[in-house]
Amino acid sequence: DRVYYLSERLLKLATNIPRDNLASLGTCFGKFTKSQKFRLHITALDYLAPYAKYKVWVKPGAEQSFLYGNHLLKSGLGRITESTAQYQGVVVYSMADVPLGFGVAAKTTQECRKVDPMAIVVFHQADIGEYIRHEETLT
Amino acid sequence: MGRKLDPNRPAKRGPGRKARKQRGAEVELARFLPPTLDDSATKLSSHARRRAAKRRIKSEKPQMGKKVLDHQNLTAKEKTLKNANKGKSSQEDNQTSCSTNAATQLTSPALGKKRSRPEESEEEEEESMAFSDEDDLSEDEIMDDYGVSSSSDEDLLPIERAARKQKLEGQDISEDDSEDETPPSRQRVEQEQEKDTDLQLNMEAGECFVLPSGQEIEKEAAQPPDLQLIHQRIKDNMEVLQDFSSKREKERSRQEYLSLLHRDLAAYYSYSDFLIGKMTELFPLSEVVDFLEANEVSRPVTLRTNTLKTRRRDLAQALINRGVNLDPLGKWSKTGLVVYDSSVPIGATPEYLAGHYMLQGASSLLPVMALAPQENERILDMCCAPGGKTSYIAQLMKNTGVILANDSNAERLHSVVGNLHRLGVTNTVVSHCDGRQFPKVLGGFDRVLLDAPCSGTGVISKDPTVKTNKDEKDILRCAHLQKELILSAIDSVNATSESGGYIVYCTCSVLVEENEWVVDYALKKRNVRLVPTGLDFGKEGFTRFKERRFHPSLKSTRRFYPHTHNMDGFFVAKLKKFSNAIPKPLKDEESSGEPTTQRVKDGSAPAPTPTEPLPKKKKGPESKASQQQASKQELSAAVAARKEAKGELKANKKKKQLAASKQSNFQKRSRLLNAAWPSPGGLRAKSAPRKKGSVQRSPQ
Repeated sequence: DRVYYLSERLLKLATNIPRDNLASLGTCFGKFTKSQKFRLHITALDYLAPYAKYKVWVKPGAEQSFLYGNHLLKSGLGRITESTAQYQGVVVYSMADVPLGFGVAAKTTQECRKVDPMAIVVFHQADIGEYIRHEETLT
Repeated sequence: MGRKLDPNRPAKRGPGRKARKQRGAEVELARFLPPTLDDSATKLSSHARRRAAKRRIKSEKPQMGKKVLDHQNLTAKEKTLKNANKGKSSQEDNQTSCSTNAATQLTSPALGKKRSRPEESEEEEEESMAFSDEDDLSEDEIMDDYGVSSSSDEDLLPIERAARKQKLEGQDISEDDSEDETPPSRQRVEQEQEKDTDLQLNMEAGECFVLPSGQEIEKEAAQPPDLQLIHQRIKDNMEVLQDFSSKREKERSRQEYLSLLHRDLAAYYSYSDFLIGKMTELFPLSEVVDFLEANEVSRPVTLRTNTLKTRRRDLAQALINRGVNLDPLGKWSKTGLVVYDSSVPIGATPEYLAGHYMLQGASSLLPVMALAPQENERILDMCCAPGGKTSYIAQLMKNTGVILANDSNAERLHSVVGNLHRLGVTNTVVSHCDGRQFPKVLGGFDRVLLDAPCSGTGVISKDPTVKTNKDEKDILRCAHLQKELILSAIDSVNATSESGGYIVYCTCSVLVEENEWVVDYALKKRNVRLVPTGLDFGKEGFTRFKERRFHPSLKSTRRFYPHTHNMDGFFVAKLKKFSNAIPKPLKDEESSGEPTTQRVKDGSAPAPTPTEPLPKKKKGPESKASQQQASKQELSAAVAARKEAKGELKANKKKKQLAASKQSNFQKRSRLLNAAWPSPGGLRAKSAPRKKGSVQRSPQ
């Protein structure tokens, strides 16, 4: 039920290996849940980040907090793409343009300007801290 | 950038090396001060202490100079010394009125003698006289007895005389007390013995190193070990061994010195005797201690830049901004950085999580550099966990070609998968097959990296349990597995590949059994030759070790040690396969040898085949060496045989052992063939009961 992205050459090689002995190949993008919904994994971030339409940049001080799995507050918000809609999926970047994870915009760009500093602007969905936190269930 | 605390690094616990040195001062002091000073120490003035030290030295000096000295003279002196101490303390206990007197006695001996007189009875005074006589006599090398008296005080300096008198007073007092319970003579003998060993121990700490006798060792074994003493003894022992002919004691052999050294090293660094033995075989004496000492401190934290995502300069800048103090690793590596200290956990920075670098020991960069993977190749990493080397290979290939990362342990693959994804490696298939089955699963690779599972004797600083939990059997078991793996690694390589055909074998062990021996075995068994690793530093591999003689080309392998290169102990060998054909004579033998398959933990069978694939093969010494080994391996063969015959009759077992040892040479080859050459049933054959029965009939 996992979805992997890989070259055909790699695929051909992998067909030689017994299915039970195969742990991973190429890059894992996500998985289908029991209710047959597709869920992205953080491992897909490198592929998706360059194509993200809506981005959010995080101030250096709030980076750590986001990487520990917390939502992003207004105080930590560095930049945000114009005209982001509410509940729009976004890619979270650090100010040095390093992709940090996926999130969902809690407010539109307009609303973000007005709210108080402690309000949540981006809901946390996945972050690269999971490489350490959930190493066992990463793919 | 100041030096900052690295929270990532575990705080050192227990006394560090510095502390050890500082504590040595106590030992130094103890050499000069009588040991039972505890309660009387406060009473001694600084002058008195100095005098006591002088006295002490005086009594030791004649010995050091190796003068012919009557033993009894010495013991008598010791006795008096001891009793003086004893007297001080006991006096304090018993008579409070006397204590002030005692103090004055000690501080001003000449006066004290006169003053203390009134307190003591007449007979005691006489006895003290007797003692003084005895002392003097002994110095003149006359057998001393209590009855004998002569006065040789004249030839002594006044201060010496005074000192002696003072000692004697102490003696008198002690006798005063001891008369209540035990006869004085007996007690004196006891004290004498005690004192004797004590003094001898101090002598060892001195310049002239004397081997302790058997009973001393026994005594020491009963007590908790005194680390300072052992450390000192190791140093002295080394000194003697470095210049053995001049510094040795005449009647002691080098063996005795060495065995003491081994024991001390094992005790001081808490290694098993077996491992210490191995280490001392491996290194010259001067290096052993360096090596063991280097194992006590951890290697610097190093990291490798992931050039798939960033450049080293950018990464270094980013980390410096986070408060990490780092430097480039060395000239030989373009991606390595060494971390001195860090204000943030180096394994959890956003850069780490974003896959810009990998925490990786410097030594594990070497095998990949030796492998030198090219773009668009097929590469096999046989034992890949935790993925550091695999990702480095991918990085050198710039994510082209394919890599098969294999590890037999599925649990450990979690970290491989995590690391590969984090570092953005996309050309990798991760599997958990048994490495020994490999050419069967998939073959035809351009290059194979075999980072074989090993005893870990090169990474003791990382895992100190290795010190004690490895023995001969473990090493041989490792070596056996490694031989199987290296053969399957070689078989997985396609020799006709235009860019490749290379195998890199590496271990994090320093033992010859797991390194040179294994490579030498592979040279005999397959059409491979050793090529230079491309690493311009490191020590050359052994071509001869004790009774073993290896192929001369083993010079081109590389060894790395913690004490010389400040990285984990490591071994790297690069092999080039020049023909896909498996040497013919082995095939013939397989058919005949298969019935006698047995688990034998040795591979260095003699190379009797005339069609030996390798040119320049030294046959003479090898076969000789293997003859010697054969006898050694009887034991391991027997052990293995026992394992297999579990559940069978004892008699049957014994027969088998005999048979096994007889055939060991023969079986070795067939057994390994089976492992490396997975003909149908080849791997299964090991445990098949059908084979067991056939063991007994001799094939010769």
